[in-house]
Amino acid sequence: MINEVTKTMTAADYAAQYGLNRVGARPSLVSYLKQAWGRRDFAYELAKSRLQSSNQRNRLGMLWVVIKPTMNAVMYGFIFGILMGGSRGADFPVFVVIGVFLFEFFSGSVSSGAKAITGNAALVQSLAFPRITLVISAVIQQFLTLVPMLVVMYLYCTILGTYPRWSWLMLFPLLVLFTMFNTGMALICARLTVHIRDFTQILPLIVRMLFFTSGVLFGVDRVLNAFPGLVRMFDFHPIYQTLQIARGSIMNGVEYPSFYWIVLAVWGVVALVGGTIYFWAAEERYGRVD
Amino acid sequence: MVELTSFDDLINPRLHGKFEAEPVFEVEQSAEPEASTLTVDETRTPVVIVDDLHVKYQVYASGKAAGSAGARRLLQASARGIREVHAVKGVSFVAYENESIGIIGSNGSGKSTLMRTITGLTSPASGSVYASSRPNMLGVGAALIPDLSGDKNIMLGGLALGYNRQEINDMREDITKFAELEEFIDLPMRTYSSGMSARLKFAIAASKQHDILIVDEALAVGDARFRKRSEAKIREIRENAGTIFLVSHSMNSILDTCNRVIWIEKGVLTMDGDAKTVVDAYKGKKK
Repeated sequence: MINEVTKTMTAADYAAQYGLNRVGARPSLVSYLKQAWGRRDFAYELAKSRLQSSNQRNRLGMLWVVIKPTMNAVMYGFIFGILMGGSRGADFPVFVVIGVFLFEFFSGSVSSGAKAITGNAALVQSLAFPRITLVISAVIQQFLTLVPMLVVMYLYCTILGTYPRWSWLMLFPLLVLFTMFNTGMALICARLTVHIRDFTQILPLIVRMLFFTSGVLFGVDRVLNAFPGLVRMFDFHPIYQTLQIARGSIMNGVEYPSFYWIVLAVWGVVALVGGTIYFWAAEERYGRVD
Repeated sequence: MVELTSFDDLINPRLHGKFEAEPVFEVEQSAEPEASTLTVDETRTPVVIVDDLHVKYQVYASGKAAGSAGARRLLQASARGIREVHAVKGVSFVAYENESIGIIGSNGSGKSTLMRTITGLTSPASGSVYASSRPNMLGVGAALIPDLSGDKNIMLGGLALGYNRQEINDMREDITKFAELEEFIDLPMRTYSSGMSARLKFAIAASKQHDILIVDEALAVGDARFRKRSEAKIREIRENAGTIFLVSHSMNSILDTCNRVIWIEKGVLTMDGDAKTVVDAYKGKKK
């Protein structure tokens, strides 16, 4: 009996004996992240190339990166400026420009992150690299779009009568946290889309809903005066807080509680770590054709 | 195996082992892992072990993807018309160092699926593939962007293959020269003729050295002259690679280059052995 057991070696035993690893096995999280770090140049180059190629055949080329959100801001500012009538503040245009431009970064990251795996099926099936690279690349592409937008945003703010001050620099640490949060969300959406394609149909709706519930166009305290309970909820709303901190740093006379930084930092870390682990756990699933 | 149902389970790293024997989202499991009948020649060094490999695709007959296990459970009542394509049925073999293995079989016999599973790009339904290093397929086309110049695509493709920028800058000239695109390298790839872009893709893909390499016959591209050069390049890569799998319908090129042939028919390994013997048997069967 014992003899028999020692005689039959399974393939796994042989593999162990000769130091072979199972192909396609998900690597440990640490080595996965290390591999992904090794592909950082690829992620950046892919993002840059896609951005260039997406605008190259337009007459106005890269200018569209700036024109599109500007038109958005003008449209929303115009419509809601009229709708809200007297209840809007004097610096409403600056308020809307900051809100729309920063929210664009979130919505872009989430929706292009959701398509990062399913939209690159050919690439996923022909080359072996950590798939997280594709999602990171999608977020980098959105970030590269954001940079010129920020310059334009500052320009608009100056034109609209808000002048530069040192607190404008607070936008840098804010963007670090916001990017962490967006990356985490993009990773979660990327995996969800792989499991349930239908998710891409619902996602625009979710994004639109967040657009109207994140204080992009109006100060929450102003509109929800009658519902103090609901206002409390916005103390834990990452997108709202990002926008508020940005406004507080850029505009004159806008205050935000400093604990917003802590809440946002927690959101950023939890989203990024949780999203990474969640995405990595299904790594073996991504290339499959079914 | 953890039943992945709740979000907490999915993100809890303690529930996921380091190297699990089965992929995470397996649909159907064979009941008991049988002791395989695999025998390894102790005098040689095995580099790839394929152990009782099954690959299945589940597709609605209408072509719609069947989706994940969870969604299928949800739709169980209405899940009629699902067709299961059993593309590879229990293939086992061991490949050793410095072997050139030809893979033959008629169209749709599962050759490409088998090769894709060996590279780890398709996950098996059961069984597994072990390898000393990750087997690579020669191909980079999917990473390239038609709107960008050939030059930028060389950078992009090289990075996708895992080179760093410095290495690519060193190879750039060789790649351009090999693809014979010196005059056109700064034009967008979409303006290239199909032969030109095929040449560029081949030149980028062929710049990498591999330990275990899978070559598809379709890679010899372009006009007669370039075909000759690309075949020579494939031979050169093969000499440097430790172990090579060549998928081909051309028995001549298989006999030229392989010392062992695996014949696959309808997903089943029909014959495995010396090149001449297997090719003769295959030709006999075909007639």
